[in-house]
Amino acid sequence: MTDSQTQAAWHETVLAGLKANDVKLTVYVPDRVLTPLIAALHADPFFTCFACTREEEALGIVAGAWMGGMRGAVLMQTSGFATIPNALASLVVPSQIPALVFVSERGTLGEFNLGQAMVLKTMRPVLDALAVDHHTITRQDELGFILDRSIKQAVAIQAPVVFILSPLLTGGKVFKA
Amino acid sequence: MTHAHNAKVMNRFELTKRLVGQLKHEEAVIGGIGNSNFDLWSAGQRPQNFYMLGSMGLAIPIALGTAIAQPKRHVVALEGDGSLLMQLGCLSTVAARAPKNLTIVVWDNGIYQITGGQPTASASTADLVAIARASGIANSNWAADEDEFERLFAAALKEGGPSLIAARIDDKPGVGATDRDPVQIRERFMRGLGVRK
Repeated sequence: MTDSQTQAAWHETVLAGLKANDVKLTVYVPDRVLTPLIAALHADPFFTCFACTREEEALGIVAGAWMGGMRGAVLMQTSGFATIPNALASLVVPSQIPALVFVSERGTLGEFNLGQAMVLKTMRPVLDALAVDHHTITRQDELGFILDRSIKQAVAIQAPVVFILSPLLTGGKVFKA
Repeated sequence: MTHAHNAKVMNRFELTKRLVGQLKHEEAVIGGIGNSNFDLWSAGQRPQNFYMLGSMGLAIPIALGTAIAQPKRHVVALEGDGSLLMQLGCLSTVAARAPKNLTIVVWDNGIYQITGGQPTASASTADLVAIARASGIANSNWAADEDEFERLFAAALKEGGPSLIAARIDDKPGVGATDRDPVQIRERFMRGLGVRK
């Protein structure tokens, strides 16, 4: 049996980390790479999981839920990140809301869509400019630890955190040349 | 059915006072950016009010999130026409989730009042109630006048939602201005909702 067969799949670890930290609300704008995670969240009655129309809308929903006492995460692909800097800078960060943001990292390691690649170049600089914590997760054996500790930290210090899920973790989306 | 062009032009602060006067069960109210939350602030500061200072267009998504987190509490979103036009997709999300405890109020003056009165599409061609109905919020109505606004809002609180009430309003600016302290606003709101002690 190989290591990959003995380990949980990355999306199973994410789901377990959310559940262990009582993150019940998951709102997403879809992404091919995130599909197994989204399917698992829909299938588990612990979670309230649904799609919305735009990534900043998802951040608004999760912000409202946090203020109402429910923890939430938003899921998006890299290009969707470009729609949320205003919601981060004018709502989530100044209001000190621990929104959990999962971004499927597109635009690197074999990307075929120039639009994704260009947005990726802006993503970490924008997060750094806003002093928003972000972790690029490349390894399954580190995923659970990073998630669990970072969710707890986000809640404790009342600040958002972004998890960038690398193709090294998820396999990414492959262009058949 | 009242159509937009038949609805009386009313005043946002006057209607906001009437709306707040009907809140008897610690309902949450999310005031959208600018005049919507300025008039909510000026109508009497309640711990269950959230005044959205930035993030134009997100009052309804915030209200939806609060309504999901607290299904036993009614949640009201106050949003302007320009803000709603910026985030129309949220109406279809609300319709798909169909929260019974959510009411959306739209103040439609047909202008971006706070930035100098530039016209919005609702001044000429877009009917926001028709858009809401087509998005799946069947219980969406223009308020013909102040009395009907009060009746529609009372029914929304009593009968359950989601529902949307649109009011044509004049071009008056908001009365007063909200204290601009996002952390204090958020913390007070969470205490008002019983989330924080």
